[in-house]
Amino acid sequence: MQISRRGFLKAAGVAACGLIAKPVVDMFSRVRLAGASSAVPAFPFTGKRWAMVINLKACQGNDGCTDCVQACHSIHNVPDFGNPKDEVKWIWTVPFEHSFPDEEHEYLKEDLKGRPVLVLCNHCDNPPCVTVCPTQATFQREDGVVMMDYHRCIGCRYCMAACPYGARSFNWRDPRPFIKQIDNGFPTRTRGVVEKCNFCEERLYQGLLPACVEACKNKGLAFGDLEDPDSEVRQLLRTHHSIRRKPGLGTQPQVYYIE
Amino acid sequence: MYDAGKIITGIIIFLCLVTFPIWYIAASGKASSAPEPVIVTTEKQCVESTQYMKDNHMKLLDSWKETVVRDGIRTYVASDGKEYTISLTGTCLSCHPNKAEFCDQCHDYVGRTPYCWNCHNIPEESQ
Repeated sequence: MQISRRGFLKAAGVAACGLIAKPVVDMFSRVRLAGASSAVPAFPFTGKRWAMVINLKACQGNDGCTDCVQACHSIHNVPDFGNPKDEVKWIWTVPFEHSFPDEEHEYLKEDLKGRPVLVLCNHCDNPPCVTVCPTQATFQREDGVVMMDYHRCIGCRYCMAACPYGARSFNWRDPRPFIKQIDNGFPTRTRGVVEKCNFCEERLYQGLLPACVEACKNKGLAFGDLEDPDSEVRQLLRTHHSIRRKPGLGTQPQVYYIE
Repeated sequence: MYDAGKIITGIIIFLCLVTFPIWYIAASGKASSAPEPVIVTTEKQCVESTQYMKDNHMKLLDSWKETVVRDGIRTYVASDGKEYTISLTGTCLSCHPNKAEFCDQCHDYVGRTPYCWNCHNIPEESQ
């Protein structure tokens, strides 16, 4: 069969039109699905890297103050099972020698010996719990918050084994009967999921500081954006000597302790 | 056919037994009808149209769950441009506090047991 030059060009042109037809039709026929919202409202309280600074001197945990723990556990519906085996905790105290084992020695400063130190999830920059989670139920947000997706947690407890700070607790039983007063502002958890501190991300969204920071009557806790040089946390870190829990493990914890 | 009488009788008895549930329900008049969810709110429309919610509420809630937990976005922009706070307890239940009559009766009818309520609070029950 003979094909003329003109005929070949015609056929090539038609073929080229055919190739681009589908993407063009697709582009114009894209119907906006209900629910597929394109407008993404900005966070009311934004930060690039959240962090916390805890002032050991300001904390009155020695005198039995548990204001921050109470505030956190009541708004997050943390159950109290009444025994250490089932204990669920988001923020609690550990004696100095145990919270900072690397700092411990025989001649430790008197007032630090046995002093209860406030501990919580460190929202590490390099979180081992996120690395080991097989379902990505725990993940790190762009602003540094290490989050739990309770919907996805299968209760394997790898994250608990991986966390060097013991910041995670497992719900061995249905927690609901063990919550004194359920706060409807936050869901409870269910049997078989791991839970931990979420840096009050639900409060950050409303433009509020974390509940523990707000609850401390001595202003012993500070919260803010590490990437903002004028933030309170940066100012405190600039003017104080600070330590972190088990820094040698390379997890880059983002809860700093000053004295 | 050998033993035609016995075989045909057998087939009839078999069919009667197999279809027993159908004609028993029909005869007793207890045939169940699809439940009608009880709507107590005075609002005219849900976040999306009623038909959309009937067909897709499970997909909508699933995407809400993802946007809140994974993306940290707690505001939903509906197709009519209205904004809603994404919250099962706070937003859905504020119009539909009667979970038993609104959610449960349809879910029971179709044999679904969503586990939303294992964690998400029902204000009436948690008080």
